[in-house]
Amino acid sequence: MNPLIQLIEAALFSAARPVTVEELAALDPDATAADARSALDQLRETYDFNQHAVEIVELAGGYQILTRPQFAAALERAQLHIRTPKLTAAALETMAVIAYRQPVGRAEIEEIRGVSAGGVLRTLQERGLIEVVGRSEGMGRPMLYGTTMHFLEMLGLTDLTDLPRADELTIALQPPKPLEAEDDDAEASVPAES
Amino acid sequence: MTDTIQAAAPAVPGEGGFVVRLDGFSGPLDLLLHLLREQQLEIADIPIATIADQFLKTIDQLGLNEAADYLEMAGRLLRLKVQMLLPRHGDEEGWEDPRAELVRRLLEYQQVKEIALWMEQGVERRAARFGRGYLPPAPEVPAAPLTFELLELLQAVERVISGIATPVLHRVVPRPLNVEAATARIAALLRERPRISWLDTLGPKPTLTDVLSTLLALLEMARRGMVRIVQPAPFAPIVIASESIDPTH
Repeated sequence: MNPLIQLIEAALFSAARPVTVEELAALDPDATAADARSALDQLRETYDFNQHAVEIVELAGGYQILTRPQFAAALERAQLHIRTPKLTAAALETMAVIAYRQPVGRAEIEEIRGVSAGGVLRTLQERGLIEVVGRSEGMGRPMLYGTTMHFLEMLGLTDLTDLPRADELTIALQPPKPLEAEDDDAEASVPAES
Repeated sequence: MTDTIQAAAPAVPGEGGFVVRLDGFSGPLDLLLHLLREQQLEIADIPIATIADQFLKTIDQLGLNEAADYLEMAGRLLRLKVQMLLPRHGDEEGWEDPRAELVRRLLEYQQVKEIALWMEQGVERRAARFGRGYLPPAPEVPAAPLTFELLELLQAVERVISGIATPVLHRVVPRPLNVEAATARIAALLRERPRISWLDTLGPKPTLTDVLSTLLALLEMARRGMVRIVQPAPFAPIVIASESIDPTH
């Protein structure tokens, strides 16, 4: 077996977080990022071919060894793992707004969802899914929120471009032309242009 | 219509007090979308009058009518209902549909909900895969018995003691200005003599506070027209005259 593959396996096995290709390439002074990538692919194929219970998953800008979903029930039954508590609808909607509008302030989130957001924002912050990324230049310099690395990990995303684009969603965002609101201010649309 | 809503979220018994039944709805926009979907109505062409009535009825049934967010939406809907009843001025072209803003928000919110659903599925899929480093929640065990050296204990005591601020045993509170008393004193003096000098108004051995109180009292009395403050010549003693008597000046 290619020694780089073994090094990568050791690194991914020991890390409890996604490891980037750059980090993996640094395992061997002679290896390039392309070498690391091809070694990763070989390792992934080995796992798949030999029907390992774990697989290599691309996640939050890196790679991580995770158990395959079909073993989740057994692992939970044996209490070797516990699923993270589910997020409420309010938390998911708030996260959705932040993911697409970041950096975004509390007022805008509340305007879009039509409800106050203080408690939800605190919960999401405590769970490490969002963070304060700055302050607006506007009145009172309100805090602006953005999503974290943990957000990507939690959703199983590689990066924010994995989020569905507006045109991939079934509902068109823009209202039909004749209904175009006159005071169509800054918060005109979820970003993600086609 | 009432039946279907009750099926979705049963009404709370009609009792007073703060009853918030938010189950099923994550906000007024969500409730509005629910009402529209239930009756297969187009978001772009909302029958405002009907929907406003249904919205009010529903939040009343669900005990949501004390939650500010729902009340605010109820207010908006009622205003829209009135606006829709107003006669349209000018031709169809120039008519601004008052519902446009609500329609935009509903469409936007619908999209947020769709993304939220997508995210929920993503979280669900990811949650079924486990990585390394899982630590089970710590079981409830009694704290381990303390083990420490005597020196550590003494040092800890030292740290605690050094943190205690020196107790304040007595604090002298400066006497605040007493303008009322000074006013009363000046008024009493003026009742005895129509004209008094500035020095008369200060009692024997005046403190700084007394001087300031008296000065403020004098200025205030002058402002109200109770006294007149006169200085006959530059640097001459200032004379305070009762305003009721015409000063000889």
